[in-house]
Amino acid sequence: MVNQIKLVLRKEEGVQRMLNTKDKIFQNLHGFEEPFLEGALKRGSWSNTNEILSKNQNDVIEMVKSSQLRGRGGAGFSTGLKWSFMPKDTGKQHYLVVNADESEPGTCKDREIIRNDPHTLIEGCLIASYAIQATKCYIYIRGEYHFEYIQLEKAIAEAYEKGLIGKKACGSNFDFDLYVHRGAGAYICGEETALLESLEGKKGQPRLKPPFPAGVGLYGMPTTINNVESIAVVPTILRRGSDWFKKIGTENNTGTKVFCISGNVNKPCTIEEEMGIPLQELIEKHCDGVDGGWDNLKAIIPGGSSTPMLPKNVCETVRMNFDDLKAYGSGLGTAGVIVVNKNNDISEVIERFSHFYKHESCGQCTPCREGTGWMYRMMQKLVRGEISPEQIELLENVTKQIEGHTICALGDAAAWPIQGLIKNFKSELIEKYNKRNLKAS
Amino acid sequence: MSNHPGLSNTFSSTGEKFVWSKDSLNSIKMIISRYPKDRHQSAVMPLLYLAQEQNNNWISIECIETIAETLNMPKIRVTEVASFYSMYNTRPVGKNLVQVCRTSPCWLRGSNKITNTICKETKCQINETSGDNLFTVVEVECLGACSNGPMIQINNDFFEDLDEENTKIIIDNIKNGKPNKIGSQKGRRSSENA
Amino acid sequence: MTDTSLIKIKINNKELEVDKNLTVMQACEIAGEEIPRFCYHDKLSIAGNCRMCLVEIEKAPKLVSSCTMPLMEGMSVITNSEKVNAGRKGVMEFLLINHPLDCPICDQGGECDLQDQAMYYGFDKSRYSENKRAVDNKNMGPLVNTIMTRCIHCTRCVRFATEVAGVPELGMLGRGENAEITTYLENSITSELSGNVIDLCPVGALTSKPYQFKARPWELKRTDSIDIFDSVGSNIRIDSRAEEILRVTPRTNEDINEEWISDKVRFNYDGYYQQRIDTPYIRKNQRLQISNWDETVKVLTNKLKASQPLALIGELVDVETGYAVKKFMQNFGEDNVECRTDNQFIHNNLNSFRFNTPINKIEDSDLIVLIGTNPKIETPIINHKIFKAYNNGAQIFNIGENISLNYETKYLGTKLSELENEKFLKNIKKSKNPIIIIGSSYLNNLKNVHTYKSLISFSHQFKLITKDKNNLNFLNPFASRIGQLLIGNTTKNHCEPFTKLLNQKFDTVLSFGSEKIADSSFDSYYRVYFGHHGDEGAMKSDLVLPTPLFTEKNGIFVNIEGRPQEARKCHNPIGSGKEEWVILKKLSQNLSYDFEPNTFDELREELFKKHPKLFEFQEIIHEDSSEPFVVEDILFEDCKPLKLIENFYMSDIISKNSVTMAKCVEEILDKPLMEKSA
Repeated sequence: MVNQIKLVLRKEEGVQRMLNTKDKIFQNLHGFEEPFLEGALKRGSWSNTNEILSKNQNDVIEMVKSSQLRGRGGAGFSTGLKWSFMPKDTGKQHYLVVNADESEPGTCKDREIIRNDPHTLIEGCLIASYAIQATKCYIYIRGEYHFEYIQLEKAIAEAYEKGLIGKKACGSNFDFDLYVHRGAGAYICGEETALLESLEGKKGQPRLKPPFPAGVGLYGMPTTINNVESIAVVPTILRRGSDWFKKIGTENNTGTKVFCISGNVNKPCTIEEEMGIPLQELIEKHCDGVDGGWDNLKAIIPGGSSTPMLPKNVCETVRMNFDDLKAYGSGLGTAGVIVVNKNNDISEVIERFSHFYKHESCGQCTPCREGTGWMYRMMQKLVRGEISPEQIELLENVTKQIEGHTICALGDAAAWPIQGLIKNFKSELIEKYNKRNLKAS
Repeated sequence: MSNHPGLSNTFSSTGEKFVWSKDSLNSIKMIISRYPKDRHQSAVMPLLYLAQEQNNNWISIECIETIAETLNMPKIRVTEVASFYSMYNTRPVGKNLVQVCRTSPCWLRGSNKITNTICKETKCQINETSGDNLFTVVEVECLGACSNGPMIQINNDFFEDLDEENTKIIIDNIKNGKPNKIGSQKGRRSSENA
Repeated sequence: MTDTSLIKIKINNKELEVDKNLTVMQACEIAGEEIPRFCYHDKLSIAGNCRMCLVEIEKAPKLVSSCTMPLMEGMSVITNSEKVNAGRKGVMEFLLINHPLDCPICDQGGECDLQDQAMYYGFDKSRYSENKRAVDNKNMGPLVNTIMTRCIHCTRCVRFATEVAGVPELGMLGRGENAEITTYLENSITSELSGNVIDLCPVGALTSKPYQFKARPWELKRTDSIDIFDSVGSNIRIDSRAEEILRVTPRTNEDINEEWISDKVRFNYDGYYQQRIDTPYIRKNQRLQISNWDETVKVLTNKLKASQPLALIGELVDVETGYAVKKFMQNFGEDNVECRTDNQFIHNNLNSFRFNTPINKIEDSDLIVLIGTNPKIETPIINHKIFKAYNNGAQIFNIGENISLNYETKYLGTKLSELENEKFLKNIKKSKNPIIIIGSSYLNNLKNVHTYKSLISFSHQFKLITKDKNNLNFLNPFASRIGQLLIGNTTKNHCEPFTKLLNQKFDTVLSFGSEKIADSSFDSYYRVYFGHHGDEGAMKSDLVLPTPLFTEKNGIFVNIEGRPQEARKCHNPIGSGKEEWVILKKLSQNLSYDFEPNTFDELREELFKKHPKLFEFQEIIHEDSSEPFVVEDILFEDCKPLKLIENFYMSDIISKNSVTMAKCVEEILDKPLMEKSA
């Protein structure tokens, strides 16, 4: 495989590329510096926003498009392209909505951006809103992030006070209002249309698409919804140029990326790295390796709970970007890397995810409402080694019955981890069943 | 049916009309102004928070009715919202709502032990409130601090990088009325490699 | 205007051209491909949640729900592939895993969408070996029975309550597999249209409480009829077994009731059999005593030989009966039949007393003025149409009592002269299609016609009445009224006809179902009551003759718009009841008066000859718009309205005798029927 060869080459050359500190967009990701305006100005935020706002709106969109920035919320859709779907000069109120409902298990990157470097986000909101002609922007932050909410409100108040946002933002001719709206404990509100429903004061049940939010979004108006990280990297892209951003990473998988590593590593952390860093390198270099050594690795879930797991051998070669992970039947998702070692039962990891999806299903459409519960109950049995090879097949069949048949992607997200488990560890699961039966008899 | 106080479909009554405090009324004005004029319904979630804050951390039937009145919404719509989101408690909870993350990233790093420690130290089972009304313990899904797992949330505060020892200290401090250090319990600033 | 141009699409490789605004599901239906569905209903907003209607669209990676998918030029839809079938089977399995297997004891059995579709898409045995979910039943009031474990969460009932009935009281609480449908705090639904959720529920979760365990659909005889408990004339279907009516459900009529009916007609049928007059009675020694036809007819014949009779027509009387009465009463002189016992004002033509705007056009209005009427309790279907207009953005104004309706109204005051309120005039001038709905009882005390002429003038001035429309509407809630007025069962007076009638020299009163006979004004009269229910009217009478109910004979009713429709016989009259025309023919023979028709059909034939427009069932009778009076001085007299109906559930003699309706009063209106004894 091409990717494998590349990695091998790099290893042979001994080139262990690590993202240059000065190429890091989030200079205060871990909060060692002052998080608010004073620190932000030092880090270069707000330095020439006025100049950016004097550009033609289409040029801003084009620049983001040519940087090949892909959405950091999970789906990896081109951010610039998404913006270009917004209708122009409609005379209607356009909205930018920032998805800070970070709830995908394994993901805690936006949290660091919000609490430690909120001005990257606020400035990004202003610029993105300018590009899509939205004079109002809501940041929907998950309810549990109370401290982050306070930090963000404080930073926004600062920005208003200094005229960075509000009427004639940054001295431009652009009036811009920014509000924070708190979620209240519902994973589904991370789905963009459920988020809009929630923002409108309803249950967070995803909408039917079409119509898409760019046409009919918040309050029926043209709306773009972006992830925190996607928005927060925009000011730097515009400042340093799309070519700079493109040089990091590879074609179509450009830029830097904040990875969150959790689970069985020696030092779990969040870290901004080059897009496409080899997975093994990410773990060995930034997390001091797998708990119990690399050979103790069972599997890695590379992009948050909904991405199918990668077995050890794949982990050794795969690079952490959208296309490579997709080629392995998984995905970059939110880049929430969950490492599982051999000391833990991999099926229980997935069973807990099944519980999560059952718990978080909105209950609107049939396959997800009924299927997530069914899967969870079968997974419970699976953990106990109670389900036979035929029933494992049934379980897989049930996941297929949900996948692709629901209103939103939660159904798929609930199905994939189980499919990944069965794909990679079926023989082990059968062995578990046989062992238990042997004991019983 | 989940017994989690935030995910029940039945609400309790206090028997007394819920009246907004002066502070709440001021906040309401500010909250409503964030949304378009004919879209007051958007304020339902912030108002539920506000009511919960004023009502000892839970939402009563009377809270729902007052919110419905304030926002000119049908009561059932407010009820739907209050029952859908897990952070609105549908019945009284203890002074400290202890939420233990149970999802895989935390579990991989020992959240079970944390749960056991908490249950032992607070003397209450999951979804129960301690006799002294100091604690209600619940298990929750991923709270979004995975690189700092295992972790818990007590009311608004996150406590991270937990083990059995430091968890016990946190609970003890609450019992003794001593302040706790919020965030990492192992000296990390945030989620840096350390 | 929406662009309705056609686009070319393919359905199962068959090319067709359809309106581009349709959904894939609608196009499939046009192509003759049946698409299974549970949540989709063409009168409700699209939810897309059941996922049963999945189809394949060429080039789309996933199956799509056809009910939500708009059409696009060149789209190629496949409805019968293996993939589609597998998708639907999967959805069906999910619907069934937590659905109880209680079809044998489920009222929906035999007419259940889930049961029917499981025949096509269900597996022959369950692969689900976990415990099934049980859901607590919810109280929804005395009409709707709930067995919530059967619920498939299609949310039709929630959408109906919010979008059609206009009572946002139902909702889905919780989430995921714990989601439950309920009313707020399990209160009764307060809508007059609540029973329709029973028809909408695709499974047996919401069923009829009174019909519970009564019958299986295949045992029932179906009779198409109409609702006579208000003047709208909703189309109904009556299900009976032997001599008993077991159920009333709506028939779709897009011009009138769409597919809804009021709770009164749906549930008051137990009242058909309570307190029935099943045999003739005669007053002897101050007491009503059981008698027989021979005796009573003889007594009445003799009485009529030497008296001046007056005939009153009640609210539930069909046109044929009215015609027979008129025919009979002509023998005694003129101006001796009256149906306007409420002193309803009328002028010279049909347009002066009917609802002139076609019911299905109400929703097109952008400004509606309600004057002295409460459409919510008088005519719930019309109220639904006003609610539709409101949802389309219409402003609703109210003059008269400051009533609360299920939509927002702007209250102008009590007096008719508020029509000239400047603020209001500003609005009506801007309106493109204003409508006035005036409760007929509001004009019942008018002393002269000037106010009416002023109304007409006003209506011309503000374009309510033009060459091609008339939006000045008179709302009388009674089913019989328009038909009786059309055949002339009234006196010549415009104003206060009933009051004036009492000043004339009559000594006998024949009441055809009119409870007005009990009025003390008739204390000196000889009272004869023709009717089916023993209430005050019959109790005060000297002679009581049993007649059939509208379900026990055929009969024409003209609805409020002037649309003749037929109520049909379901079973034979109870007891020894005889149709009125038969009694009147017998009396005519005894008194040697002419009464030619020998059969009901002959009677009808004669009626149609005299009133040919009544023959055109379902067509609104046309009458040129009212005389364009130009009154120089528009002057609105103060009116003292009469509340014709105070209680929706108790508006007529049948409903008053219905136990179900009594429960509604207690549980929905929260009024104890009996004073609790001390």
